[in-house]
Amino acid sequence: MLAGTAPAVPVSDHNRPGWKAWALLAPMVLWLILFVVVPGLILLVYSFCERDEIGGVMFTFTWENYARVFDPVYLRIFGRSVWYAALTTAICAVVGYPVAYYIARVPETLRNKLLLLVMVPFWTSFLIRTFAWITILKQEGLLNSLVKAMGAGIGPFDLLYTPTAVVIGLVYAYLPFMILPIYGSAEKLDNSLIEAAYDLGASPVRAFSSVIVPLTMPGIAAGTLLVFVPAIGMFAITDLMGGAKVPMIGNVIQNQFLLARNWPFGAALGVVFMLMFVVTYVILQRRASRSA
Amino acid sequence: MADTDRPMIELRGVTKRFGGFTAVNRVSLTVKAGEFLTLLGPSGCGKTTLLRLLAGFEMPDEGMVLLDGEDVSHVPPYRRSVNQVFQSYALFPHLTVRENVGFGLRMQQVPVAEASDRIVAALRMVSLVEQADKYPHQMSGGQRQRVALARAIVPRPKVLLLDEPLSALDAKLRHGMQLELKRLQRKLGMTFVFVTHDQEEALTMSDRIAVINKGRIEQLGNASEIYHRPRTAFTADFIGQANLLESSVVGRNGTTARVRLETGLELVIARAELPDAASKALVSIRPEKIHISRAPVTAENVFQARIEEEIFQGATDSLQLVTDQGTRLHALVANESATQEAFHEGDTVYCSLHLDDLVIVQAE
Ligand SMILES: Nc1ncnc2c1ncn2[C@@H]1O[C@H](COP(=O)(O)OP(=O)(O)OP(=O)(O)O)[C@@H](O)[C@H]1O
Ligand SMILES: [Mg+2]
Repeated sequence: MLAGTAPAVPVSDHNRPGWKAWALLAPMVLWLILFVVVPGLILLVYSFCERDEIGGVMFTFTWENYARVFDPVYLRIFGRSVWYAALTTAICAVVGYPVAYYIARVPETLRNKLLLLVMVPFWTSFLIRTFAWITILKQEGLLNSLVKAMGAGIGPFDLLYTPTAVVIGLVYAYLPFMILPIYGSAEKLDNSLIEAAYDLGASPVRAFSSVIVPLTMPGIAAGTLLVFVPAIGMFAITDLMGGAKVPMIGNVIQNQFLLARNWPFGAALGVVFMLMFVVTYVILQRRASRSA
Repeated sequence: MADTDRPMIELRGVTKRFGGFTAVNRVSLTVKAGEFLTLLGPSGCGKTTLLRLLAGFEMPDEGMVLLDGEDVSHVPPYRRSVNQVFQSYALFPHLTVRENVGFGLRMQQVPVAEASDRIVAALRMVSLVEQADKYPHQMSGGQRQRVALARAIVPRPKVLLLDEPLSALDAKLRHGMQLELKRLQRKLGMTFVFVTHDQEEALTMSDRIAVINKGRIEQLGNASEIYHRPRTAFTADFIGQANLLESSVVGRNGTTARVRLETGLELVIARAELPDAASKALVSIRPEKIHISRAPVTAENVFQARIEEEIFQGATDSLQLVTDQGTRLHALVANESATQEAFHEGDTVYCSLHLDDLVIVQAE
């Protein structure tokens, strides 16, 4: 209606990207099509195919791969992956929140230095860092030597190749992904809101739970997404630090493609896995937009 | 209010420093229960810091803060029966208007039924009952301001602190809110400490005004005292406008004294204005207190002056005068009617000053 009265400025088109916007977006759109949409579609097609004896893909339709996904063996692995990822996310949130909040509240000059410290680990290869953890946790490793040197009369701890080691590895790898988004929303938090809460009789604990947490929820949600989703699929840490004793869904998928050479089944696992991402994402997004 | 003289707030020699900078400097002040006190002063003079000391967001480095007879100098804000209306309103963006207003009651664990009655009553008071389920970002500036007010009043604090709550509103709305706030304060009988750097706002609303300059109380008194009897050059100049003229004392007799300005113009002042030993005096004259006429008058302090500049300001005419001796004065005369004979640039007129309108102030 407005566009009719003022044709020179078509108001209704204002929010629709014009050709210039598309031109700017083109590289990214292309990238997404090539490396996300196309592989996703290939995966989807494969997941309904059959496998021949030598590990090739036969294009005959079958539900069998999906039927196998819901085999209790795999469901248990899915369940375990979700549990480990959830535990990792929870630990990251509990450990990361105070750090992020603290960094957001210190004077600006110090803030950037502390943020740098959070990101320093990324300067080293992920594999090297994981191996470093192995040397710390192994039977004659740094941790056990330290415990022994202190003479506390406990240990040595058999940590490496246990679920604990896996969770330690996961938390270590994903902690920055929790800290950064929480920092982002904590930094925007207006100090006078916290003061208003105190002013109205909120103790520090109540101010935290009824004002600070709800207002930093978008950061918590983003951090949860950034930690939880990749943590489910992680296979390198579970392999190296779990000693392949506690396979996660990531390991199973990896094995189906590389060792068992059952691409269709691997694809079906991958599709179910992706659906889980989408569901998690939608739930978190809903919650974040409600609190924002 | 039976015991209106009961002190609700007492500051005793309160000092607050930030690093080497003294933001509040040995301030002593008593606010009576049910009083509307305004802290007035230029930007950076320490008004907000003083308010934060009362709210509990800052602890004094020296001195004592008493609330209703109790030393609260080191009591945290959530244990003080003091609420604040923040300059930026500080409404919780994730809560509705109703939840914002009810926040204090929720923290006090007031039963739900009672709380909801009190919330509705408060919203009715600020005429926002229909908006109760909106979020702050869906409201206008004036409405948000009223939510902030309702939220601070609902827990029934002993003292309400207001930090320039009207400064974000446009002139018309601000004027309406000034009167509304004053009415509300009378009705509730609550002690209000109001901060502003707008002298007109202070004069309109307050029972008493504390003029603050560089972290100190420059003068404390009601609007009329502050306006008519400023004690310092700062107050005279900050509240309204003032002609500040340096002079030396040339004689004292009975109830009057004579002073001579640097230009040679001599004025008669009330002797009570002058400290006994003073040989110099700074004279403050409000522009609207200079009476101007075309014909000579018989009164004290009559002198001739030429109108150097005339500016029409609607209700008033602003005149720049130069006396025969060369003293420059700023005068304001009422514009009574369009047909009235007006003063024009270049005219020579007679000025007269009443004895009581010559106030001696302390130089800074
Ligand atoms: N946290 C702080 N750290 C250092 N200096 C501060 C701090 N808070 C206030 N100050 C200083 O104290 C002085 C008084 O500040 P205050 O905020 O009380 O002024 P104000 O009278 O409220 O001014 P305005 O009218 O601009 O709000 C200012 O010079 C300010 O720079
Ligand atoms: Mg201020």
